[in-house]
Amino acid sequence: MTDPVLALHDLRLAFKGFTGTTEVLHGLSLSIDRGERVALVGESGSGKSVTARIVLGLIQEMRGAKVSGRLRFQGQDLDRLPKRARHGLRGTAMSMIFQDPTSSLNPAYRIGTQFREVLARGTPGITAEAATARATALLDEVAIPQPDRVLAAYPFQLSGGMNQRVMIAMALANEPALLIADEPGTALDVTVQAQTLRLMRRVVEQHGTAVLFISHNLGVVREFADRTYVIYRGRIVEHGPTEAVFHTPGHPYTRALMAAQPRITGGGVPEIAERDAQYGDPMVVHPTGAAAGAGA
Amino acid sequence: MRRVIGILLANPLSLLGVVLVALVVLGAVFADFLAPFPEHRGAVVDFLNFNRPPEWPYIFGTDLVGRDLFSRILYAYRISLMLGVVVLAIAVPIGVTIGLLAGYLGGVWEYLLMRLTDVFLSIPPLVLAMSIMGLLEPTLINGMLAVTAMWWPWYTRLVYTITRGEKEEGYVLAAEVIGASRSHVMFREILPNCVPAVITKMTLDLGFVILIASSLSFLGLGVQPPTPDLGSMVAEGADYLPDSWWLTVFPGLAILVAVFGFNLVGDALRDILGAER
Amino acid sequence: MTAPLLALQNLSKTFRSHGHAVHAVQDVSIDVAAGECLAIVGESGSGKSTLANMVLGILAPSAGEIRYDGQALPARRTLAHRRALQLVQQNPLSALNPKRSIGASLRLAFDVHRIGDRAGRTARVGALLEDVGLPADFAQRPPAALSGGQRQRVAIARALACDSRLLVLDEPTSALDVLVQSRILRLLADLRAEHGLTYLFISHDLAVVRNIADRVAVFEKGRMVELAPTDRLFTAPEHPYTRRLISAVPVITEDEITMRDQLAHGAA
Repeated sequence: MTDPVLALHDLRLAFKGFTGTTEVLHGLSLSIDRGERVALVGESGSGKSVTARIVLGLIQEMRGAKVSGRLRFQGQDLDRLPKRARHGLRGTAMSMIFQDPTSSLNPAYRIGTQFREVLARGTPGITAEAATARATALLDEVAIPQPDRVLAAYPFQLSGGMNQRVMIAMALANEPALLIADEPGTALDVTVQAQTLRLMRRVVEQHGTAVLFISHNLGVVREFADRTYVIYRGRIVEHGPTEAVFHTPGHPYTRALMAAQPRITGGGVPEIAERDAQYGDPMVVHPTGAAAGAGA
Repeated sequence: MRRVIGILLANPLSLLGVVLVALVVLGAVFADFLAPFPEHRGAVVDFLNFNRPPEWPYIFGTDLVGRDLFSRILYAYRISLMLGVVVLAIAVPIGVTIGLLAGYLGGVWEYLLMRLTDVFLSIPPLVLAMSIMGLLEPTLINGMLAVTAMWWPWYTRLVYTITRGEKEEGYVLAAEVIGASRSHVMFREILPNCVPAVITKMTLDLGFVILIASSLSFLGLGVQPPTPDLGSMVAEGADYLPDSWWLTVFPGLAILVAVFGFNLVGDALRDILGAER
Repeated sequence: MTAPLLALQNLSKTFRSHGHAVHAVQDVSIDVAAGECLAIVGESGSGKSTLANMVLGILAPSAGEIRYDGQALPARRTLAHRRALQLVQQNPLSALNPKRSIGASLRLAFDVHRIGDRAGRTARVGALLEDVGLPADFAQRPPAALSGGQRQRVAIARALACDSRLLVLDEPTSALDVLVQSRILRLLADLRAEHGLTYLFISHDLAVVRNIADRVAVFEKGRMVELAPTDRLFTAPEHPYTRRLISAVPVITEDEITMRDQLAHGAA
């Protein structure tokens, strides 16, 4: 059996403040296989975004943050890796796309310039022609109509949806093994968001990229992920194939989340407790069947 | 409160600042009790003990007419602090009000008020103060006037920038939709959100006002003898360097301690008040 | 049918930007009946926020008229008009002044509109908080001590303080988590029934609108492209843009997927 792309084991995170230490993640375990799309879904403050930042190694650099547990990426222990090697992984073997595409791109540089920089991280000394050719091919893949025009443009000259596609193309430029997507498309309009997600799903499938998909939006998760982890206040409360989690949610918290989601078929607004003692129930695990497919 | 102490303890420089400021303020307030020769703050001449190096009971030495430098420094602190407090007490309300009006009302008001502010800001502060002092008699009152005239625009800039940002916040819209008056929105809604930045700046400025006032009197334009002033003490002593080094070194250090102390405390306040938002 | 509480008549708003005109809202006419919840949905640039701002008197219309309770609203609103129409904003973090207590924020409406005597206002603040499901002693707290959902409750209480009949709800739950959202929607529904309120519910979230509105107006690029009772809009949308919007909603149940697919195929 091959190593998973990403394996987190008993991950804990605590912040030391002036008034004492607060634990934010309480022993979180999660794994993503090659080419697998895995969602981490939860509310704000649940610890989902912080988990993504730990994987990227961004939290560890913060003062007062204490991370423990095991982080394995493609079979190697991330915490044992020298700082420089770890830094080298970012943008090459693992990449990230953020919530707001327009502010994630530097407004002072043309898309083409930024693209070349990204490519140079994976292929040092890449020529301008080779970079342009590769960038054009990638933009073509994310269905951008006139790649050369987009490469010559500044981010603010493009729409949010267009910038999000550029971000996806850049994130995949160096053929990363893992793509971390933190609430992608949340800042976009619904129709654009739907298109973008469909597109992103298609290209990661083509590239065989594993994805850690961070979201608070159940509908989006259902459409995108093969497997889903539900996180509540720093603990995984339920995980399994997306179909199973959505079809037969087992944990009281997951059930509350599903019930609270308004339906386009109607039915009114249900009465739901924001907090419930039962939300602390033990984790529910759905067996992973052979080749669990995602929803529609 | 625990957080405040935590921040102070976490940063030894903040703690040092608090100690320095405490020394300066206590020295100034209790000068009458702490000064070994309180009468030396005035026109006293003691030819038996003039120009003495530091030795008991003159721990900082004596000046050219035999007055105890330590006593004079304490009284000079008192005058400097008074000057600083009075300057800020006048400059801050003016600067803050103009900043609020320009930032909140916008339009023509913003244009006129901010251009006026820019005019004052474009003149180097010392030059402005020197020209005012040149026109008027170099007295303590005029010194305050001069320093005040150059100080308010900085508060206008600061408050204007904050107000422009706060104006976009939902709570301002909410108050307007309810029908609150403009003065309510400016002074009751927006102003409280400017207070932390203004207080931080005031603390930093206490140090700078002392420095500017000393510079003016160093040039002979500020507080006049026999009133003790750190700047004129340095100026008088400068002619007798390096032999009578204590004449300049101790008043100079006194300026340094005050400016440095208020700066450190200002930085600490920025952390404490800033983090609360 | 009785006279509408709010009537928008041929309302337009044009902004000038770099020499050319941007039609943010174009010739919109809607009647809103007393006690109704009318949803205005659309994406960014649809003009829904501009419309809300005109209703509140924050923006003056370029053309057309807004009538409230049978009378045309002037561009400069009187205190009485302001009192009648109130607002709940999207972001509860920014909607409350961080430097003022919850009680002070709520009291403002009483002070401005001289509601009750001075002593009675404190008691009224407590009653308001209880109306929105918060303990009365929250009045002493600063906003920072409250969660997002609690702050949104306070914002709703503030809108109720004026005894308004019409509330403009500008994306009131889109900054909230789904569990909190369902409780706030519940509260809004209960308050409407209890106080006979009329809502203008601005939203981009069709799933939310489906479950709270009586009628839905769909906006695209400044124009109203469809206006229909909620049930009909979702089961038989007529405008292609409405269909596109509905079929883009991320959904979680089989029933919803079936419905969405049917709409998508109907459109093709």
